Amino acid sequence: MVQIINTLDPAHEVDTHDAEAVNKAENRSLYASRAAIHPKSVHGTFRRLKWILLVVLLGIYYIAPWLRWDRPGDAPDQAILIDLANRRFYFFFIEIWPQEFYYVAGLLIMAGVGLFLVTSLFGRAWCGYACPQTVWTDLYIWVESKIEGDRNARIRLDAAPWSAGKLLKRGSTMLVWLLIAIATGGFWVFYFADAPTLLRELVTGQAASVAYFTIAILTATTFTFAGFMREQVCTYMCPWPRIQGAMLDEESLIVTYNAWRGEPRMAGRKKAEAQGLKVGDCVDCNACVAVCPMGIDIRDGNQLECINCALCIDACDAVMEKIGKPKGLINYTTSSLYAANVAGKNEHWNWRHLLRPRTAIYFTMWAGVGIAMLVTLLNRTQLDVNVVPDRNPLYVTLSDGAIRNGYTVKILNKRQEERTFRLTVENLPGASMEMVGEQGQKGTSFDIRVAPDKLKAVKIYVTTSDPGVIVSDRVNFDFRVEELNPNGQAETAAYDAIFHAPAKKE
Amino acid sequence: MAKNIEKDEISGTPTTGHEWDGIKELNTPLPKWWLYTFYGTVIWAIGYTIAYPAWPLLSSATPGLLGYSSRQQVAEQIEAGKAAQKENLDKIASMSVDDILKDPNLLAFAQAGGAAAFKINCVQCHGSGAAGSAGYPNLNDDDWLWGGTPDAIYVTLKNGIRYTANAETRDSQMPAFGADGILTPEQVTDVATYVVSLSGGEADQAKVQAGQQIFAENCASCHGDNAKGNRDFGSPNLTDQIALYGASLDQVKAQVTRPRHGVMPGWSHRLDDATIKQLAVYVHSLGGGEAAAPATQ
Repeated sequence: MVQIINTLDPAHEVDTHDAEAVNKAENRSLYASRAAIHPKSVHGTFRRLKWILLVVLLGIYYIAPWLRWDRPGDAPDQAILIDLANRRFYFFFIEIWPQEFYYVAGLLIMAGVGLFLVTSLFGRAWCGYACPQTVWTDLYIWVESKIEGDRNARIRLDAAPWSAGKLLKRGSTMLVWLLIAIATGGFWVFYFADAPTLLRELVTGQAASVAYFTIAILTATTFTFAGFMREQVCTYMCPWPRIQGAMLDEESLIVTYNAWRGEPRMAGRKKAEAQGLKVGDCVDCNACVAVCPMGIDIRDGNQLECINCALCIDACDAVMEKIGKPKGLINYTTSSLYAANVAGKNEHWNWRHLLRPRTAIYFTMWAGVGIAMLVTLLNRTQLDVNVVPDRNPLYVTLSDGAIRNGYTVKILNKRQEERTFRLTVENLPGASMEMVGEQGQKGTSFDIRVAPDKLKAVKIYVTTSDPGVIVSDRVNFDFRVEELNPNGQAETAAYDAIFHAPAKKE
Repeated sequence: MAKNIEKDEISGTPTTGHEWDGIKELNTPLPKWWLYTFYGTVIWAIGYTIAYPAWPLLSSATPGLLGYSSRQQVAEQIEAGKAAQKENLDKIASMSVDDILKDPNLLAFAQAGGAAAFKINCVQCHGSGAAGSAGYPNLNDDDWLWGGTPDAIYVTLKNGIRYTANAETRDSQMPAFGADGILTPEQVTDVATYVVSLSGGEADQAKVQAGQQIFAENCASCHGDNAKGNRDFGSPNLTDQIALYGASLDQVKAQVTRPRHGVMPGWSHRLDDATIKQLAVYVHSLGGGEAAAPATQ
């Protein structure tokens, strides 16, 4: 690995990096083209954590659609499947119908409130560790460093004139990027169809055009976002950095340069100390700047661009270790602790900082939505009944003076087996029912067969000549649906309906 | 291009050379991505006008290389829709309305198709809910002037009622008993009172007695001795709770004096047989449809 070392002062104990923060406020101009950032690779606790998370998150993304889950009947055997054609969402033992979309809304609310919670606790932990933009950019930078070399080699390659060697290096980098991008887009579509079948179709060119189209779009976005746009996505496109100001408070853990300890920063520390000058712990080696994927200098304080990825902590800790100073010149701390230390108090972070009214409220909201969803999920029925009354006409007067109302009764069988239900009209005096398709049959109940995993809509006419009912404006009654199950375990459901009649007899 | 491009001292940006009262315009370049996107859209637009209909000519426009036309696209979509329906429509055209009602798939298809055709052709008189209004029968109820079996509804739809353009139309006429002087005004009142009493309305018993006699002599030939009507003539049942032109004494008197007669077009002139059959299925399934008469072969 080639390193450009500034050897201005031979007394330096550490390598000093010729790095400049390209996104420093005073360096940045909206009219200038973007200066490329070449983050130096780094080793340390947080880098290791980020690698582990990268493997886990990408692993989940690539493996999840291949998990199988045996379901009875014609239902698909894919554990996680968004079946748009048949309007079903499968998640292991859960099968969600479109009208139960509130589960998805609930999950989104949980994700949103969870993001608030995590941000108020740990700053932009999502951005630094788990956001796909960060994860894929990390992966792309890793590819880049394996093929083209580390920071300084890449800077040199960038500046070098085009040659066969440069073309080979850049070309192979982009080829690997492209393969990763295709895999990203390619695996996305597996969540929407049976993965093995779709893979076979994709390879043989028989898959639906929308699949190829989706892959093409996601390949293009992955390739450009992670390969070229990188930190610009976070800084200019993503709303989260703008919102973080409202999410963070003085008790949130954020990556902080402890200026009270580091300043005055000095490269020739030993010489200055010998001269009796006041010297801070920062040796101005610029290691924190060189590793920053966002192109900022953390020593300028908390900034819009900072994604709290903590790579500068790893870089600085390594330097502190080398020069025999305590670690944590750059660390995760809160602005209140920072202010206390600036004021001369020696305060350290402890877990009590996590307990604050704000985090308690966020956690309560988050857990509340979660518990509510869990309760509804556990009490979820496999039978659903909806009744749509005829509104035009509201009622029909028959030749013998009886009044008839029409209803469309929809019975949803959420089981993967055919079930028979008995539909009964209850609590309506003198009522009799007719079902379209069963011409001429009258009664107070009908048996209705519903195919597995299907909705059956039947048109029901309810007639009564009860003198009490036909002179009243509206009468409440019930449709009762009872499963006829030979095995004994039967579900029932009731639906409140209204019977309309002319208010007064003309 | 000017040879000596002046540079603004403070920003280092070249100027355009334009100057107003000492204020010089900076030639700040557009962002590259914006510029290239703009060029891209220009190229796209040129290609688009070549590929698609675009440039106006005297009486039409350039057709475009792809030969696209929105009208043709609609026509194709309608064609595709019709092709998709063809199988069911062919079946419907070849079957009797009664048989369609027995086939659950065709029943659902015909109900939907009939509902659509009803919305276009029938709602003007019968209302969007087929509930009718005074003079226009409610099709939801079980009271039928010309019959409520699938076949009777089909025949009514096909040939119309008092529709002179169709020789096979259903036709009948009630004499204007009052206006033509067949009955005196007192007799009209008596017979109307009797008719009101038939469906349970309150009535003067003396007039009912007189009216019953008049009814037997003048009305029973069409409405029947028991006043239950006759579907061969489309004469209504006077004993039920449904009256097309109203059930009050005045309304009945008006009808006896100068009867009004509804007219319905015969739809065989406008709609194809499959559509009429779907309409018959739809009307039959509105709730008042009667079972088909037993086969008489």
